[in-house]
Amino acid sequence: MGRQRWREPASLPGVHQAAGSTGSATDDFPGLDARWSRLVTAPDHSGTPRTWHLLDNLSLLTEAGLEPTGTILCVHGNPTWSYLWRSVVAAATDAALAGASRADAAEPPSAPVWRVIAVDQLEMGFSERSGHDRGLPARIADLGALTDALGLAGPVITLGHDWGGVVSLGWAVDHPELLAGVMMLNTAVHQPEHEPLPAALRLVLKRSLLVASTVRTTAFLDTTLAIAHPALEPRVRQAFRAPYRSARRREGIGAFVADIPVDASHPSFAELTRVSSAVARLDVPALMLWGPRDPIFSDRYLGDLIARLPHADVTRFEDAGHLVGEDVAVAPMILAWLAARFGNAKAAPAPAAGIPDESQPAPAPEFRPLWATLDEHAADRGAVVVEMAPRGARRGSGIRSVSWSLLKRRVDELAAGLTAAGVERGDRVSLLVPPGADLTAVLYACLRIGAIVVVADAGLGITGLGRAVRGARPDHVIGIETALAAARVLGWPGQRISTRTFSAPLAAALGVSHSLAGVARLGRAAIADGGGPRVAASVDTAAADPAVDPDATAAILFTSGSTGPAKGVVYTHRQLAALVTLLRDRFGIAAGTGLVAGFAPFALLGPALGATSVTPDMDVTAPRTLTARAIAEAAAAVDAIVVFASPAALVNVCATATAAAKADALTVVERNALARVKTLLSAGAPLPVPLLEEVALLMPAASIHTPYGMTEGLLMTDITLDEIVRRAEQVKAHPGQADTRQPGGVCVGLPVAGVQVLLSALDERGAATGPLSAAPGVTGEIVVSAPHLKDHYDQLWLTDRAATAGTPSEDAWLAGSGSGAEAATGRWHRTGDVGHLDAEGRLWIEGRLPHVITTAAGILTPVGPEQTVEALPGVRRAAFVGIGPRGTQQVVAVIETSTASSRRGRVTLAEPSLAGAVRRASGVDVAAVLVVGDLPTDIRHNSKIDRLGLASWAAGVLGGGRRSKP
Amino acid sequence: MKVLVTGASGMLGRAVARGVLAAGHDVRTFQRGASGVAGATDARGSITDAGAVALATDGVDAVVHLAAKVSFAGAPEDFRAVNVEGTRSLLSAAREAGVSRFVMVSSPSVAHAGLSIVGDDALPADPLRARGEYARTKAAAELLALDADQPGFAVVAVRPHIVWGPGDTQLIERVVERARRRRLPILGGGLALIDTTYVDNAASALLAALERADRVHGEAFVVSNGEPRTVAELLAGICRAAGAPAPAWSVPAAVAREAGGLIERFWAVRPGQDEPPMTRFLAEQLSTSHWYDQRRTRQALDWRPSVSLDEGLQRLAEWYAMAPGDRLS
Repeated sequence: MGRQRWREPASLPGVHQAAGSTGSATDDFPGLDARWSRLVTAPDHSGTPRTWHLLDNLSLLTEAGLEPTGTILCVHGNPTWSYLWRSVVAAATDAALAGASRADAAEPPSAPVWRVIAVDQLEMGFSERSGHDRGLPARIADLGALTDALGLAGPVITLGHDWGGVVSLGWAVDHPELLAGVMMLNTAVHQPEHEPLPAALRLVLKRSLLVASTVRTTAFLDTTLAIAHPALEPRVRQAFRAPYRSARRREGIGAFVADIPVDASHPSFAELTRVSSAVARLDVPALMLWGPRDPIFSDRYLGDLIARLPHADVTRFEDAGHLVGEDVAVAPMILAWLAARFGNAKAAPAPAAGIPDESQPAPAPEFRPLWATLDEHAADRGAVVVEMAPRGARRGSGIRSVSWSLLKRRVDELAAGLTAAGVERGDRVSLLVPPGADLTAVLYACLRIGAIVVVADAGLGITGLGRAVRGARPDHVIGIETALAAARVLGWPGQRISTRTFSAPLAAALGVSHSLAGVARLGRAAIADGGGPRVAASVDTAAADPAVDPDATAAILFTSGSTGPAKGVVYTHRQLAALVTLLRDRFGIAAGTGLVAGFAPFALLGPALGATSVTPDMDVTAPRTLTARAIAEAAAAVDAIVVFASPAALVNVCATATAAAKADALTVVERNALARVKTLLSAGAPLPVPLLEEVALLMPAASIHTPYGMTEGLLMTDITLDEIVRRAEQVKAHPGQADTRQPGGVCVGLPVAGVQVLLSALDERGAATGPLSAAPGVTGEIVVSAPHLKDHYDQLWLTDRAATAGTPSEDAWLAGSGSGAEAATGRWHRTGDVGHLDAEGRLWIEGRLPHVITTAAGILTPVGPEQTVEALPGVRRAAFVGIGPRGTQQVVAVIETSTASSRRGRVTLAEPSLAGAVRRASGVDVAAVLVVGDLPTDIRHNSKIDRLGLASWAAGVLGGGRRSKP
Repeated sequence: MKVLVTGASGMLGRAVARGVLAAGHDVRTFQRGASGVAGATDARGSITDAGAVALATDGVDAVVHLAAKVSFAGAPEDFRAVNVEGTRSLLSAAREAGVSRFVMVSSPSVAHAGLSIVGDDALPADPLRARGEYARTKAAAELLALDADQPGFAVVAVRPHIVWGPGDTQLIERVVERARRRRLPILGGGLALIDTTYVDNAASALLAALERADRVHGEAFVVSNGEPRTVAELLAGICRAAGAPAPAWSVPAAVAREAGGLIERFWAVRPGQDEPPMTRFLAEQLSTSHWYDQRRTRQALDWRPSVSLDEGLQRLAEWYAMAPGDRLS
């Protein structure tokens, strides 16, 4: 008594359809159209007829007179049902119907028409409860029997999630004649034998818990539905629960969990092995959309799948989890991928479409491995790396100098030792080591054996670093103690190797298998045995070195964008080599040139450049720690004639130089060392001219360069201070000339050798929709191409597509690898920066794409007006931001004055005189001029203002909100 | 066209009547006193008097309806009689008289529920949620007017946002007079961003609506200078133009709203000579941002403001610089 009988949901899909009702199910199943729902009777693997419930848009397509060009076969996992795919069915149907309505009689429909079939697996969803336990072999065969009964013809693209991914891939490998592609969301086809199951799953699998958690209660179901980010809407959660309301209806969930083949003794293990091996032989297009916040299908399973399908297009959504299809709008991405991979609209693009004829790619420089110079200097006793304050050494204990011959020997030993320690070609090695001799040695050793170095900027902070390391799925982590401790605590993957030799208990505690010293010992032994890798013999003909393919990935660099998680930027050996050639030629670096390496990315290239590089006494990852004295001492130590520094470092250098000059603290030796510097490179955000002029006073003989670049392309254009000043004078001298009536901005000079710069003009909404063009005076997104440009982003297929949209790279990709299209047009990259070219081809930067202000009168880029305002007396820094809806934004100027310390932090309205001056100088209708104590800066770039944060703050303050500080 | 302008004795009404005249139309004005508009015929009377309204509309082709009870305080029934019933009576008389164009002068406050307005276009009038008797009754009136739109009777609602100019008794005089008595507070730091309309711009927008009524009828348009400024900057600018001391004391916005509510209730019981120094409505108006998306308005009316905010302030300063007797309004 009192026990409620199981009631079928009021609007069971399929049943309603049979009863002739239309559309009424949408109340109970948000997003699901009852017209898709149908019941089909088909034999299962044993030949017994079973009733399947499935979602199928065929009837809607047929009604519209559309013939499907192919079928997407969707298989849900446990404990969900076909409801999981509702957005895919909807999006595909809408796209097909929209395509049909657009097409006129003369033209065939342009959009491919996808039939979508999403099944409820037997014992699951609204399909039949037969009471049978269906193991993996049965499930794969059941699905095959169903598609046979449906008479499914090709081409078919499978789409699976969770354990449905295994079933769909099983179907895929069994139907090669129908299969055209595979798509998967968080799934796995392989459980490594020696690795433990995910803890969450171990718990559920405990016999005592299995039935209780999956069948008797709704715990497993609820837990799965509860881990969506953000949380599922209550009505959607109810819809997912609808077919599983009684214990009897949940038996399939328990059976599914019990079918997870935990080891070789499990009855489904052989089938899983069969599928996973066969998947590795698939050569159809593959798409993986992954939510890493998944307690079960973690990144290691993604890594396994990528290893099996290396050609797959992969996108990881940092903030998404197991129910990635609920967390992220995957349907439009799936359709975009299908259109790109299977659409015929752009099948045969004209190479170099949209590119002005005169700008064809420069021939790539001849490939020279990064270690070739090191090999040539094998007998050189001269210094190659000098550390003014070696890490680990006591402060003031003197400088450490490493000779070419020592570095060469060390690199060879480490290369051999790493091989002995199990590091293979193509393995990813995360280097969590601060710049210096250790990092240099291990970096070149990895490159030499074809291992991929993963370098993440420590400035990302521990969270960002962790995401970068985990996301890159390193096979090995080489790090200092703190990094390895984090790796241990936070569960970063990979074999751990320490830079220092730890005591056995510490090594054990941190899970460290080797130290670098130990690795070098292994290498020495291997070389002595003659079994060392090819490196020992490869001194002369580096280019012929069989160890490394120039087009294989060499490095993945992580730096953060101004918003969102860090992106991994992938470079091949050839691309890094091109960068070295460029730096050498551009800045006249010859064998033995003394180089102060105050900018992390370039610091590592010293040995490849043939330079003697010196790391000043500073924290390279914290640019503001570089002082004038440190730079002078470093320069003196190697007779440096070239200095690489970050803008933030130079700001501090000038500040400390002034202080030092007052105290008369720079010695004559130090002053003379600075006076010998011929070239100074300030890489990063542009610096104001007065500051550069101060730097010039410190290094009077130096030509000061402020190049333009980014992690994706480290050196794109270049300009010297002299030229900047000349340009400014020209503008002043001829204020009325058409040439000088530019949108303003920072001039970053002409493209350097091999670089092409084009612009994609902005529309009135501030979107870069224009075709690529070299026309002067047009503001647009800056799009670059160069031999040393990045290859692609790591596991960010969608980002890759966005960064190359509308460029020849997109056409080359559509034409397929091996088409030679890229060779004809070069690789292109949308920088996200906005600027214009002047009549002489110089590039001017006007801001970042998201910072473009869209007023009713048109778009406004921030840098130009900021510069004119910063030239006003009393103004230290200025930021122009837009508030309000795009297209009708108001312009707000936020000013840091040189006297604002009195009311630190609190925002005030500018005095009428200042507000008037700002409006007059900028020529912009500024709604409000606000004065603050300190403008917020992007944490990673001390000199870049966080305009997006500032805009949202300004919107709050000017909306009548609290007068907080920005 | 023969055009009836109601409420032509006010600053905006007078400017509209002059603008319509200058555009080559005949103008009849309708208000209790003389309009003081040279070249116009005055039909004097109250909007609450149906007979007078019928006489006024007789023989005209178009109406621009500005007459309203504009105040921060007062008895609800007074607002209703003038703003709602007066409009109802005028609409009906106009239709009787065969009028083909009707420009309803409304206010953005008809859709303002007290929250910030940041770049919105004109939202529907909402008599239930609008703040204060003026806004509530104007909202009801605007709905009445737009509801009357039909073939042959083109109704356009135009909502000029905070109209000011030389001779303005609604905003400028209040601000300047209180600033002189040093009783003008700045609310919440005065950083709320507010758009306003210089009187000549409001007048030209109403003329544009009149001329394009056949194409844009049935819709409401917010009209402003499209140059929002912070309250503090606006008030300081007005005070500077009038030679009054700039407001110096600041009241937290929440306190002002609460105090405004108290004073409002107190005043309703014991009406004084002056209006309350602070009403809840005024406190809200001056402590939340409200500026509008002007793109649809400018496109539909084919109109742009011709006097910038700075130029308007300059004209205001020139007006205050004149001897009171020389000031034309």
